[in-house]
Amino acid sequence: MISCTAQKDLNASGGGIQLRLDFDIPKGALVTLYGKSGAGKTSTLRILAGLLTPDSGRIRVGDTVWFDAAQRINLKPQQRRIGFVFQDYALFPNMTVQQNLEYGSGRRADRQLVDSLIDMVDLRGLEKRLPSTLSGGQKQRVALARALVQKPDILMLDEPLSALDSGIRAKLQEDILRVHREFGLTTILISHDLGEIYRLSDRVMHMEAGTITRETAADALFYDRQISGKFKFTGEVMRIEAADILFIVHVRIQNQIVKVVSRASEIEGLSIGDTVLVASKAFNPALYRLG
Amino acid sequence: MSWEPLLLTFKLALVTTVILLVLAIPLSYWLAYSRARFKPVVETLVSMPLVLPPTVLGFYFLVAFSPRNAFGGFLESQFGLQLIFSFPGLVLASVLYSLPFMVHPIQAGLSSLSPSLREASYLMGNSRFRTLRRILLPNIRPALLTGIVLSFAHTVGEFGVVLMIGGNIPGRTRVASIAIYDEVEALNYAAANVYSAILFIATFLILLLVYLVNGGYLKRFWR
Repeated sequence: MISCTAQKDLNASGGGIQLRLDFDIPKGALVTLYGKSGAGKTSTLRILAGLLTPDSGRIRVGDTVWFDAAQRINLKPQQRRIGFVFQDYALFPNMTVQQNLEYGSGRRADRQLVDSLIDMVDLRGLEKRLPSTLSGGQKQRVALARALVQKPDILMLDEPLSALDSGIRAKLQEDILRVHREFGLTTILISHDLGEIYRLSDRVMHMEAGTITRETAADALFYDRQISGKFKFTGEVMRIEAADILFIVHVRIQNQIVKVVSRASEIEGLSIGDTVLVASKAFNPALYRLG
Repeated sequence: MSWEPLLLTFKLALVTTVILLVLAIPLSYWLAYSRARFKPVVETLVSMPLVLPPTVLGFYFLVAFSPRNAFGGFLESQFGLQLIFSFPGLVLASVLYSLPFMVHPIQAGLSSLSPSLREASYLMGNSRFRTLRRILLPNIRPALLTGIVLSFAHTVGEFGVVLMIGGNIPGRTRVASIAIYDEVEALNYAAANVYSAILFIATFLILLLVYLVNGGYLKRFWR
């Protein structure tokens, strides 16, 4: 059980934001932090990890107080037993895969655990390679394995899969789910990918401008759109073409481009790069702007 | 012409570089990561020898360490240290004079590392010192090499500071650059030429080595 109240004024890019956090995460849950970039998601993880000190507040994990501004308690990151997967993986370039894992497991390297982790995330055969020679997906798996050698209670993943293509993503999502269960972790994930959130998480915490505005079940991200159609896909607008009095919108759904005929009123306010929901309404697919 | 000034020059450069390395790592670490308000002042002081005429530095050393003045007198009476016209004095002055050449590359190297490397190490339960030793320093090896070599070469090329504080005592403070000046004054061009040529070739080779190594031409050098 993580219980966190914390305040912190941040000088984020594009003006400062005030982080005002107040949330609980039950033990064993897999929770996603969801929100626009700059909403304070990464800072929230950093505060929990002890990498960023809040101005005020209190963080309690289980029976241990990690941070209490009033009592001047502030556990160092070293003492918090957190596994953290960074967005840039943060693999140590001077160490091989095996050394990366063993460095993490402290002076008395726990060979057996390192060994089983290497198998678990399918890194057998790559132990002696340096990170610079690995592909993105391989680096990601090393980062995930490395986060677990400390036998953490809490696993934090900062947009772990954002730089990978969809095939590797699916495999890694499985890995994340598996380690979450096998290690009995409480996991906090930052993600933008609706599919990934739906697949992985129990709960979604929506962040806006430094606060968690609401907490929903993962599938609510899809269901609270108030649409009754049967086919629904999220996609990205790639191109908008005028064709006589109608418009043809090219939408990328996963790896496919779908052309959707739309009226002028439908594409109003729609621009390239927008995330849209493509849903079939009766016979004609229609577009709904998502964000 | 004797080998003494050359040997003294390289001894001075070696001692200075070793001391600088030990000193500059914690200082660069602090400069790279601290958010203290007075950091710009420290940065300025470290960089001052780059722009200050060496004679200015030498002059103030001369005044400060003179046994006739309070500080120099204190050093002599308490510790028996005479820093003026002595090798230890030269080392001290050289350390200050070459400080930016060691600190700047290391500081830049540390700043250029992704902060997540440090943070990942902390989160794995590793102390700051262990992180510095096992993660940060091994990943800035080119910067360390640059710092070491530039400090060494810069100390070899020192003239003004040495002349001011060390003078021209054969075997104690008469380094190669001073010897050259001395020989030229005595119209002994042949000897000056030998010293000069040796310094010229030595510094060329030292710098060439840095560019070869850091440019990846000797890849196997760093495995």
